[in-house]
Amino acid sequence: MEVLYYILNAFSLGVTFLYGCTGEIITEKSGHLNLGIPGIMCIGSATGCAALQMMYKKGIPDFLVVIISIIAAFIGGAIMGAIYSFITVTLKSNQNVTGLVMTIFGVGLTNYIMHDLTGVRYLYAKKFFRFPFAESKTSLQYCGVMVFLAIIIAIIASYILTKTRIGLNLRSVGENPATADAAGINVSKYRYLATIIGSGIAALGGLFYVMDYSGTQEAYLSIEAMGWLSVALVIFSTWKPIVGILGSFIFGVTMIAGSFLPIIFSWLTMASTPFLKMLPYVITIIVLIITSIRNKRENQPPEKLGINYFREDR
Amino acid sequence: MKKEKMNEPKEPLFHVLKRANVPAWQTWVIRLSAIVVSILICSLLAFLIIGASPLKFLGALFDGTFGTSLRIWKLLKGTAILAGISLALVPAFRMHFWNTGAEGQVLIGMLAAVACIMAFRDTIPNGLLVVIMLIASVLAGMLWGFIPAFFKANWNTNETLFTLMLNYVATYLVKYFLIKWTPNGSSTIGRLKYGMLPTILNDYLLVILVIIVMVAIMHVYLNYSKHGYEISVVGGSVNTARYIGINVKKVIIRTMCVSGAICGIVGFLIVSGLDHSITAESVGGQGFTAIMVAWMANFNPILLLFSSFLVAFLNQGSGEIQTVFNVSDAFPSIVIGIVLFFVIGCEFFINYRIVFRKKEDK
Repeated sequence: MEVLYYILNAFSLGVTFLYGCTGEIITEKSGHLNLGIPGIMCIGSATGCAALQMMYKKGIPDFLVVIISIIAAFIGGAIMGAIYSFITVTLKSNQNVTGLVMTIFGVGLTNYIMHDLTGVRYLYAKKFFRFPFAESKTSLQYCGVMVFLAIIIAIIASYILTKTRIGLNLRSVGENPATADAAGINVSKYRYLATIIGSGIAALGGLFYVMDYSGTQEAYLSIEAMGWLSVALVIFSTWKPIVGILGSFIFGVTMIAGSFLPIIFSWLTMASTPFLKMLPYVITIIVLIITSIRNKRENQPPEKLGINYFREDR
Repeated sequence: MKKEKMNEPKEPLFHVLKRANVPAWQTWVIRLSAIVVSILICSLLAFLIIGASPLKFLGALFDGTFGTSLRIWKLLKGTAILAGISLALVPAFRMHFWNTGAEGQVLIGMLAAVACIMAFRDTIPNGLLVVIMLIASVLAGMLWGFIPAFFKANWNTNETLFTLMLNYVATYLVKYFLIKWTPNGSSTIGRLKYGMLPTILNDYLLVILVIIVMVAIMHVYLNYSKHGYEISVVGGSVNTARYIGINVKKVIIRTMCVSGAICGIVGFLIVSGLDHSITAESVGGQGFTAIMVAWMANFNPILLLFSSFLVAFLNQGSGEIQTVFNVSDAFPSIVIGIVLFFVIGCEFFINYRIVFRKKEDK
């Protein structure tokens, strides 16, 4: 039974990564490496929870409460994405540096907002987020509505990226913006929209982590580490949202190995927990190495990832 | 006539051109005005959110940094540590190796130093212990720089994420050893009374001097040595470097070893000169801030002293605001974030200029 709980728990935790990963894949396909994802996920939790706090005991139907806070989280992330795209697309600044500042700023602002949400009233909505299985006493309770939403978003994103004209245009913008520009594609528009929508999706991960998976007051403090793993998951999934679903589960399994394996295997001692918690990071490193050694063409990042486009550059 | 006008493509309101040969004083005017504007915006925000009048805000900002001599020393110490870490990043960044792992490289250097204290504290004299700690820290930092560089050089493994992940590996290694070293289960080792650096005047001066010497050495290394030249060529174009016979693999690995070693030295200085202790959060995000600091200084070791001073000033000054007005401890990172947004954004006005559509006089 413990093993089953472990799997369910890991699956649900993985959804946090899945949101961040899907959002970042959409952004990276446009050629922008957004290292601000951890900050954006934090902001998503902050705006989502602030919306929940405002709706406390206002007599709004349960499902509407969830939908409004999801929209609030999306908008929060989208605003951060808009700031990022303004600085990198319009002002053409270095993407790595801008992303890192987004993370510092986002994490700081989130700590500030969450600190100010007095009484932590937003947690009242926990049971709405865990909807079909909220009454369950087991790990099943974490598999709420947003778990399904994440999988749906990943599938839709995968479909749009690979099967539609919009996706084709988006990929061409990331692979070679000059060619895309010559073909009449508005490079700036695609980059703006991809970053903003991607950031909005990533922001949902923060809200999910706070309201569904952990449902505690201090959950927001650990979102940043989750965000960095989401960025790593993009490479793990080789820029394919469908593979991201599997990858997020594997990341979830390793992430909580520290709390579950000692229960299942009694010979593991307290001192080994740090090593178990190290697992997701070590596995990411191993995956990075393996994918780079295999060096297959279809598993490579977009050609112009991280490079800004200026029409007059040669 | 009218028809002709309709067929003409709509000319945009303005277009962007690249600027060349911008005089140095002009770039500094742009940067300084960006900083001033952003601080004014921060004070406006502070007024709106916490009700602090702009005068009080600026007063607290400067009082927290220049109010007493101890605060000035703390500011200089903060500047020195930040400058030390970003100094380590400079050679890697000049080579276009995006080392985001300074946090872990410093932390592993600290861990090595503390491990030496734990192993030898009662058996050897203080002076010898300090030397052993320094060597151990340098080696540990080097190792943490070597691992990603080795894979980058041989298989072009993405270094940004690799170094980022190594930060967490270092964090959990520290947690593991803290559990090991504290049999009572508290996981905190407190202030260690071994392996201390001698002090000049106060606790901070020696550390500051060491960092200044390192900045000077790095300046010479990058600008007047063969190694520095090779780093610039590899950063400019890997193919050119290969063509003129530079061993690119060797340069990448060597430079990252230098980078990691400097991080290790900074870690040693923190343990031996300042903190005399270690926790998993000892570096406190400075490894990431250092990336911005190095970038703002345009990867120039001398300018880096100024950019790290700016960030240390903002950090400590807004920390004072946080205590005076009793707001969340996240306030400094918000202020730093806003100021850095402006500093990054203002680079646009240095590199490009906007040309507005002229009215055609036909």
